[in-house]
Amino acid sequence: MRATRLAVMWCPDWPVVAAGQEEGGGGPVVVLDHGRVLAASAAARAAGVRRGLRRRQAEGRCPGLVVLAHDPGRDARAFEPLVAAIESTVSPSVEILRPGLCALVSRGPSRRLGGDAALAEEVRRVAGAAVATGPAATGPTATGPTAGVVVRVGVADGRLAATQAARHGPHGVVVGPGQSAAFLAPLPVSTVAADLQGRPGLADLLLRLGIRTLGELAALPAASVLARFGPEGLTAHRLACGLDDQPLAARPVPPAMDVTLELDPPPERIETVAFAARALAVELCEAMASRGLACTCVRVEAETEHGDRVARRWRQDTGGQAGAAALAERVRWQLEGWLTATGGITRLTLVPEEVRADLGRQLGFWGGDRAVGDRAARALARVQGLLGPDAVVTATLTGGRRVGDQARLVPWGEPPPARAAGRPSWPGRVPPPAPARLHAPPLAVEVVDSGGTAVGLSGRGTATAGPARVSVAGSPWCDVVAWAGPWPLDERWWDSTARHRRGHWQVLTADGIARLLVLEAGRWWAEATYD
Amino acid sequence: MAGRTAPVVLAGERVLPVQEALAPLLAEGGLRRGSVLMVGAGPGFAGAGATSLALALLAGPSAAGSWCAVVGEVPSLGVAAAAEVGVALERFPLVAVPAAARPGVWASVVATLLDAFDVVLAWPPPHLRAAEARRLVARTRERSSVLVLGAGPGRWPERCEVSLMVAGSEWVGLGRGHGMLAGRRLEVVATGPRAAARERRVRLWLPPPPSRSPQASEEVFRQGGAEPLGSAVAR
Repeated sequence: MRATRLAVMWCPDWPVVAAGQEEGGGGPVVVLDHGRVLAASAAARAAGVRRGLRRRQAEGRCPGLVVLAHDPGRDARAFEPLVAAIESTVSPSVEILRPGLCALVSRGPSRRLGGDAALAEEVRRVAGAAVATGPAATGPTATGPTAGVVVRVGVADGRLAATQAARHGPHGVVVGPGQSAAFLAPLPVSTVAADLQGRPGLADLLLRLGIRTLGELAALPAASVLARFGPEGLTAHRLACGLDDQPLAARPVPPAMDVTLELDPPPERIETVAFAARALAVELCEAMASRGLACTCVRVEAETEHGDRVARRWRQDTGGQAGAAALAERVRWQLEGWLTATGGITRLTLVPEEVRADLGRQLGFWGGDRAVGDRAARALARVQGLLGPDAVVTATLTGGRRVGDQARLVPWGEPPPARAAGRPSWPGRVPPPAPARLHAPPLAVEVVDSGGTAVGLSGRGTATAGPARVSVAGSPWCDVVAWAGPWPLDERWWDSTARHRRGHWQVLTADGIARLLVLEAGRWWAEATYD
Repeated sequence: MAGRTAPVVLAGERVLPVQEALAPLLAEGGLRRGSVLMVGAGPGFAGAGATSLALALLAGPSAAGSWCAVVGEVPSLGVAAAAEVGVALERFPLVAVPAAARPGVWASVVATLLDAFDVVLAWPPPHLRAAEARRLVARTRERSSVLVLGAGPGRWPERCEVSLMVAGSEWVGLGRGHGMLAGRRLEVVATGPRAAARERRVRLWLPPPPSRSPQASEEVFRQGGAEPLGSAVAR
């Protein structure tokens, strides 16, 4: 039993390359994901910036660092021309593992081109040319990050070995047939961690048990590994032996599994197509799950209004809870890649190319909590269909000094905003309890002292007098029973456009209503009510 | 199929649990599935705790694993306050119905959510027709959900099992130029037809002052040295 022989093309630090293509600019650049460095340009690496650093650490090591936010859609858009070029000249069966990394079966093209080394050379040449003629590199001087794009190609048996071969040497290496296990043996066991998303702690566990390299893992009997570590352990073992992560599919895809969506008229906004694509991905995953299957490779096909047909294969495991969401995300990236190149999309099809038995988790006998969550998700999708995708939101606490900043609302189905690690304390924030009702936009308020003159804020952050009477939004005056404040807040003082200098008051009036009042630039506002 | 084969719902599961402090307000000690409740403010107490009371009502079921949805008041509802009172935000989607939408749209959104959610909190729009309200009552009973109605711009034209009204509100912790809002003593009156006909009057802390449970007695808090304020509240 031998694994499929694959050529894997890898562009290191692809998020930086993609960001450089769309936003221009050379020099030290990093792309940040969830507050950590995801990728760094060559100049930034030379200054000591490494993957996984925090933003401040990276800026400390490299002054003048340009920090960009991670956008997987942008990565996929920029990667599309490379894949298209390889597909049209080298091999028609390219599959994208993730933006910046793609694989193709090497058997046919390497026979045609005269060997694996020649194939690797050809892929490097084609991809390099595609990047150099990319949309942004056509400027007068192509000296941006795109000019220094490194394309590495590794050829080996099995996906893990081919990916690792691409990481070796300056351009990647060719591992001979049958040599994959020996090539992988000295690598640390954490190499397989990325392939075991179902059980992220497994690599650590192996390490603690004294299994340090893939060779040591491969030397264990497969049956014992399965008995001790479950299906994920078996996957890790297969990968360490230089085999494919799944046994070759002895299970043909039933013909009725592909799902299609007609879009008439072709939508103009990408969000509309992406919203429809999400429903399509859920439909596919449910159809597969009802047969106890999950797919590991999906072909996304689209037909444009001019009759063009485009198709692309994505390797993505749809098993588990987040499977449909992950698939929908990839379809969206692919659509973004196509929409920049072609016209409106009239038909979208998802075809499962490879399937496996879904080992997923056992549901409760009567449906259980999972069924409740699914039912809620379906109801919310119907409401979104009724009112538009932005009408349904979920909230996450993000932290902030002003009451409006403490929670962020995200449309249902979209990933929640990145959360800062730990729990930042936000010194100077409005103290709890949080008000139950916010006023957006804030209500105009008049506040006067016992003499009838308006209360103001001095330059040192103290009040000119205690508030005695309040009139909210033009209503009759009401006496102040108790108050506290001002709590001065000077936010973003380093940025003249975004600066806010304000004072907060908690004011309780005689009608029993407690409000959060704000004085900013000489004007009073009611920002929230403790209803 | 699952609906046919699922076991009979036990009597205990027909009532969703609420926070301990709110239990005395409800005849069955919790939210009975299939019932419609109204939460509002008595005369003179608008803006003095009705929203917090509605959120506190959702906190019990939410903590027990139920999904709760909110219709309306979207950017203005204090989500941080909901989290503070104990609502699990990951099971707490909010739906914004445009102000220009017809009341029929509001009714169909609420009906859709009642199919899937254990508790739906909604503020009726103006000019809601009685027929639509009746249909929502029937849907709530059929789906064994709980519909909680807030006092909003519109009037609810149908009957409801229990109506909880804020009838007193007293903040502690805030002085004349010192301190800060710490806790509120809320007086809530529950009325309704049939089983709930006897008026129930409960005083509870909402929000509770720091390091006090909602049941902490006023006397204990006074011994702590804080002076209750806002006694000028109209009564």
